[in-house]
Amino acid sequence: MKTLFDMQPGQKAVVKKVHGEGNLRQRILDMGILRGTELEMIKKAPLGDPIEFKVKGYDLSLRQSEASLVEVEVLK
Amino acid sequence: MTKQDLTIALAGNPNSGKTTLFNQLTGANQYIGNWPGVTVEKKEGKLKGHPQVIIQDLPGIYSLSANSLEERIASEQLTQHSPDAIINIVDGTNLERNLYLTMQILEMGIPTVVAINMADMLSKQGAKLDLDKLSKRLGCPVVGISALKGTHINELIAEALKVAKSGQAPKSLAYKKDFERLLNDADVVLGSDLRKDQRRYWLSRALENPEPLNLKPDSLDKLNALVKAYEEKEDDDIQSLITFERYALIDQLVEGVRGGKAPDAVSTSDKIDRIVTNRWLALPIFVVVMTLVFGLSVWGAGPGTLLTDWVNDGLFGEIIPPAVETLLSNWGVADWLQSLILDGIIGGVGAVLGFLPQMVVLFLVLAFLEGTGYMARVAFIMDRVFRRFGLSGKSFIPMLVGVGCSVPGIMASRTIEEERDRRMTVTVTSFIPCSAKLPIIALIAGALFGGAWWVAPSAYFLGIAAVIISGVILKKTKPFAGPPAPFVMELPPYRWPALGTVLRSVWERAWSFVRKAGTVILLSSIVIWVLSSLGWENGSFGMVEDIENGLMAKLGGAIAWIFKPLGFGNWRAAVATITGLVAKENVVSTYGVLYGIGEVSEAGEEIWHHIARDFTAVSAYAFLIFNLICVPCFAAIGAIKREMNSARWTWFAIGYQTVLAYVLALIYYQIGTWMTTGTFNVGTVFGILALVGLLYMIFRRQKDYKKPELSVAPAK
Repeated sequence: MKTLFDMQPGQKAVVKKVHGEGNLRQRILDMGILRGTELEMIKKAPLGDPIEFKVKGYDLSLRQSEASLVEVEVLK
Repeated sequence: MTKQDLTIALAGNPNSGKTTLFNQLTGANQYIGNWPGVTVEKKEGKLKGHPQVIIQDLPGIYSLSANSLEERIASEQLTQHSPDAIINIVDGTNLERNLYLTMQILEMGIPTVVAINMADMLSKQGAKLDLDKLSKRLGCPVVGISALKGTHINELIAEALKVAKSGQAPKSLAYKKDFERLLNDADVVLGSDLRKDQRRYWLSRALENPEPLNLKPDSLDKLNALVKAYEEKEDDDIQSLITFERYALIDQLVEGVRGGKAPDAVSTSDKIDRIVTNRWLALPIFVVVMTLVFGLSVWGAGPGTLLTDWVNDGLFGEIIPPAVETLLSNWGVADWLQSLILDGIIGGVGAVLGFLPQMVVLFLVLAFLEGTGYMARVAFIMDRVFRRFGLSGKSFIPMLVGVGCSVPGIMASRTIEEERDRRMTVTVTSFIPCSAKLPIIALIAGALFGGAWWVAPSAYFLGIAAVIISGVILKKTKPFAGPPAPFVMELPPYRWPALGTVLRSVWERAWSFVRKAGTVILLSSIVIWVLSSLGWENGSFGMVEDIENGLMAKLGGAIAWIFKPLGFGNWRAAVATITGLVAKENVVSTYGVLYGIGEVSEAGEEIWHHIARDFTAVSAYAFLIFNLICVPCFAAIGAIKREMNSARWTWFAIGYQTVLAYVLALIYYQIGTWMTTGTFNVGTVFGILALVGLLYMIFRRQKDYKKPELSVAPAK
């Protein structure tokens, strides 16, 4: 299973499923990360965590633990 | 409330320009407070030109699902005290995600106007939005504005007043058929078990998460059955499905609304960010920015400090006290009252107000950084470091500023959205030695350690260690436990901040500090003065010449035993520690008075030999530990109270700081004495027990506490 955590800078992907539960999951969904959303990995923070993505035209940062909840299909 | 009074709520995403719009709508007529029981700021104001209309600024939120404290407050406000209308500000450069909140607001059925912000920025980029089309589809008025430049604000006000007066609810937006059927079925099943008004909003809340709504068991079972059938049919879970439907609807709504030039694939903001958070450059740039923040506000020769020195030594040193003294003498005011006013009130409150210039400069720099969007990057860069011990990336700024002065440091914690992280940061910020603690360090280093170079760095190291230890310990206690707050954080585009918004933010923070100086600090200054000046001298009770005869000395003597296990159980050390509560600078000057030297230099060279006689190297360092970690000065306690917005949490912070200081000093003194002299006694046993206890608190396994419940009990 590939997740947002596995992406390299510049790669694009489509979300397949958001795992996790409760408030954290709802927050990820609310921010527009849901089945079918396309997003781009921008970069990792200088210390390697969190990770920045572009989604629906804005920049979002997720911790590694949160990024690994989002299952994606990486686009070539 | 009279008949013509109207309340209009202002709702929108963080970084959508909501605060700027609020300032445009209300001008100077604002009241700032806190939402009851929490540290989230509450703002209300009268609409400019319409004093009978109240504008209520809701916290910036992405959703009304009541996941976070801010969302819960906003949703409670809209559902319990239905405003007459809602102005929903939407960032036009980020339409889809902003409209997500709009979907939930429209579900509430409260008259709404959508204000599309950054209209100027869009037209500059050559983009066009067909607002008529959007308005028709949303079923409510849509006005294009620029909150920054103040354009079309009057149109927005006119539309808002129109919908508020007409009470015209927006038409409800239709989701796809299957989902509408689910809503209908849920409506039937829940019947009168769910409140009647704002029905669509409550139905989707019930579907999303029925737990906090206290539904009757049988309706809950029926609802769950409905949801289960729907989930099976759609092959997904209900939270995803609802969110998905809302975003699908948004896609339909904005279809064909955007025209003109498409925005650049890589915006100017993206280009700035490529440099500012670049893998190699981010940390150096971060260091430069923080050096600037620090340099401008609290560094010894920066503008903030120079102004503060002038206020302290000039205004409250050479100008006000002599002038007041002359005035009071001319009026023939009694000596004791003169002393109370000059030494007690002006001395105490002045010591605190002296920090004001430093703070104004600091708040200016911070408000500017907040306005540009750099603060989110600070959190992005530092999060990894701070998360390790239960804080967040945003805790960095308060601690950095705390090196200069804990008061603005504690107040800088305002930028941390998550309440648990903010409380933790407020509690630990004063562990970082502030500039007023430097004389204490210099005194001990000079008197007992021959001015050894390592004493000062060790004090900072101790402060950092106390922060880390506290983070680890507190995270395992009930109030701070639980899963880490989601760090799902927007990195807003870099923008040039609005001058008015920056200045207003500086004014609000500075004023709240001045108010504090006028109340808590005034009172405590008077108490300390009374205790130091009154006492028995020459057989009668009254004003004392010699502080050794004052009540304070008696009090010091009475509580000195408390400090005995720490190695400084003499009354002078006790009194110095107490007067340190007014301002840490007092510790050294109090010693000067107590040893009968009078005025001493900042590091107290004149009293070094006295100190050397009263202390051993071990007890002196224990004294240092206690004074560095224990409760900060009254000004900082005032700041803690302001930021905690709760007496209980303020006492918790004070208590925790004192206990930690005591335990650390105890361990150091007892085990240190054992190591250096080889004496093993009861005290050593207590020292070892304290060490074991501390280590246990640090390394014990984290208990599983239940997730904090959100208590939303909707009125039926």
